Amino acid sequence: MAIVTPLKTAAEQQLAQQYADAKAELPGGPAVRKLREDAFAGFEAKGLPHRRLESWRYTDLRALLREARPLATGPGALDAARAKLAELALDATVVTLVDGAFVPELSSLESLPEGLSVQTLADALVSGREDLTRVLAGPSVAADDSGLMLNAALMRDGSFVEIDAGVALDKPIAIVRLFSGENEISVYGRSVVLVGDGAKATVVEINACLGQAPQQLNVALVIEAGSETEIEHIRLVTDQSEGSVGVFSLLATVGAHAKFDSFALVCNAATVRQQHFVRYAGEHTEVGLRGVNLLGGTEHSDVTLIVDHEVPHGTSRELFKSIIGGEGTGVFQGKVIVRQHAQKTDGGMKSNALLLNDGASMFNKPELEIFADDVVCGHGATVAQIDGEQLFYLMARGLPRAQAEALVLQAFAGEAAEFIADENMRALVMSKVEAWLAARETASQVSDV
Amino acid sequence: MLEIRNLVVKIADEDKQILNGLNLTVNDGEVAAIMGPNGSGKSTLSYVIAGKEDYEVLDGEILLNGENVLEMEADARAAAGIFLAFQYPLEIPGVATMTFLKAAMNAQRKARGEDELLTPDFIKQVNAAADKLGIAKDMLRRPLNVGFSGGEKKRMEILQMALLSPSMCILDETDSGLDIDALRIVAEGVNALRAKNRGFLVITHYQRLLDHIVPDTVHVMSQGKIVRTGGKELALELEKSGYASYGEAA
Repeated sequence: MAIVTPLKTAAEQQLAQQYADAKAELPGGPAVRKLREDAFAGFEAKGLPHRRLESWRYTDLRALLREARPLATGPGALDAARAKLAELALDATVVTLVDGAFVPELSSLESLPEGLSVQTLADALVSGREDLTRVLAGPSVAADDSGLMLNAALMRDGSFVEIDAGVALDKPIAIVRLFSGENEISVYGRSVVLVGDGAKATVVEINACLGQAPQQLNVALVIEAGSETEIEHIRLVTDQSEGSVGVFSLLATVGAHAKFDSFALVCNAATVRQQHFVRYAGEHTEVGLRGVNLLGGTEHSDVTLIVDHEVPHGTSRELFKSIIGGEGTGVFQGKVIVRQHAQKTDGGMKSNALLLNDGASMFNKPELEIFADDVVCGHGATVAQIDGEQLFYLMARGLPRAQAEALVLQAFAGEAAEFIADENMRALVMSKVEAWLAARETASQVSDV
Repeated sequence: MLEIRNLVVKIADEDKQILNGLNLTVNDGEVAAIMGPNGSGKSTLSYVIAGKEDYEVLDGEILLNGENVLEMEADARAAAGIFLAFQYPLEIPGVATMTFLKAAMNAQRKARGEDELLTPDFIKQVNAAADKLGIAKDMLRRPLNVGFSGGEKKRMEILQMALLSPSMCILDETDSGLDIDALRIVAEGVNALRAKNRGFLVITHYQRLLDHIVPDTVHVMSQGKIVRTGGKELALELEKSGYASYGEAA
C-alpha cells in the first residue's frame, strides 16, 4: 500500500516557514496562540484552496500563488495613504490600516461617540477576553475554508470595534485598508465589529492599493450583530495593483429581528476573491447581500457566498451585477442553505452579468440546499450583452454610442447600488462606477481614432 | 426636406428583402401619411431612416436637406434633425427621465457645436412642454418609460419631440395602444409642432389617427414600395376598401 504524502507547493512550504518564523512575535495570549496553531495545522492538512474544491473551482489560489510574498511588517507609504484619505474625504469614524498595521495618526479615534469603542486587533488579541475565540471564528459554515485558516494563523492587526446595545451611530465606521504597494508583500489582517442588541450602524470597508507592486492580501471582517440590530456594511475593493491577489472574507452572524445589508463594489481590481459567510442566529431577520463588479483587462472577480438559514422566518436577498469587458472573468457562486427546521424561510438570489465583448466570461453557480418543506426560495442568473434595442433608442435621441452604452451600464449597476441606504456611500459608489465607465468611454474613443 | 430614392433594404442577417426600390419625398411643412397592411415594410422604413443597425441598405439613398444620412450613425442623424417616435418606446430602468432628457438635449447641442443648456433653462423648457401634454412631474422623476402606461409612453415620445425640435419627425404607429382621449392629447401635441420648416411622416394602419392629424398627402405602401399617392381623401377610401386591391391580404 502506497503512503500518500501530499506534495506541498513552493508557496505552501514558504508559508509554513513564514508561520514558524513569525508565530513567536504574532500578537495573542495562550488561547490565541492555540487558535493559530489549530488553524495552521488545519491549513497544512488542506493546503492552499484549489480548483478541485467546489467552492474554489473558478479561483485556483494554489495556482495563483506561485510564491508566498514576505509578510508585511509595518506600515509604508504614509504620505500616499494620507493623500488617499484626503481624496476619500469620508465623513466617518476612520480606522486606517496601512499594510495591515493600525496607524493612529491617520485614524479619527480621539473623540468617539458614546457607546462606541475601538481598539486594535493586536491589543484585543492580547487582552485575554473570554469570548475572543468564539467571536473570531464566525459562522460555522466558514470553518473548513483553508484560506480563512491561513488568515487566522497569520493575522497580525486590524480593528476591534464594539458598539453598545441600543446605540445608533450617526456616522459610519470606516475601516480603511490601504496597501503601500512599494514592495511585493503579503498582508493577513482581521477586523471585528461587535454590535450590541438594538444598535444601528454603518460599517464601511475600503481596500485600495497605493503603489504598483503586486500584493497578496488575505483580510477578513467579522461582524456579530445582536438582536434587533440594523447594520449596513459597504465594501469597496478598488485600485488593486496589477498582479495582486486578494481574498476578502465577510463573516457575519446576525441575531433575531435584525436587518443586515451588505454591498460590495469591485473595480480596477486584479484578482479578487470575496467570500461572504452569513449565519442567522435568530428568527425574523432580513439579510441582503449585493454588489457590483466592474471588470476589464484580465481582471478576475469571484463572489462566493454561503447564507445559512439556521432558524425559521429568515429572509435573504442577494443581487450581484457584473459588467465585464476585455478578457475579464466574473464568478458568482451563491449557496443558500435552509436547515430542516428553518421553516418560512424566504430567499431570493440573483446574479446578472453583461459581457461587453467576446473575450469576457462569467461563471454563475447559484445553489439552494433546502431541508425544510415550507419555504419560498428562488434564484436567477443571467449573462447577456447590452440590449441593442435600448441602445438604439438612446442613440436615436442623439446620444453618441459610447455615452448611450455608459448610461445603460450605469443604470444596470445602479439597480444594485440603489439599495445602499447611506446616501454618502451610495454617491461614492456611483461616482466610482461613473469614473470606471468614463475611463472605458475614453478608451473606446481613442481606439476609434 | 426628406427625399428617399430607390431604397432597397434587407434584414442584415437574413436574405429577406423588405424595401424594394422605395421612392418618397416629404417637403418642409408637409405632413405625409404612409398607410399599408401589416408586413408592407412601414416600420422598417422608419427604422432605416433613423439608423437602426439590423438592416442592410442594398441600394438607394436617403437625403435630409440634400445630405445623404445613410453613412451616419443614429445619433448623428438625430443631431441632423431626424426624430423617430417609437411604436414601442423602450423602458430604461435606472435612468431617470430628467437625466435622459438632459443628456439627449445636450448631446444634440454638442453635436451642433452649441453650448450645453443651463439647468434652470432646461427645467423651464421641460416643465412648459410637459404641462402642454398633461405629463405629471412625478412621471419625469421616474425611470424612463418604466411602468408607464401605453398612453404615457406615447406622450413622453411627443415631449421628447417637442424638446429636441427636429426638422423631420417620423411617427411609427403612434396611435397603437391609445384610447380615444390619449389619442386626442397626442395628436394635439403633434399638431402644435406643425411648422413651415418641419416635415412629418406619419405611419399608421388606420384612418382614425388621420382624423386628428390631418395629412397633406397620403401614400399607400405595399410590398416595400409606395404604390399610390394622393390627398387626405385617399385615407378615407382605404378605410372603406381595405388593402386587398394592393396585392396583399388586409
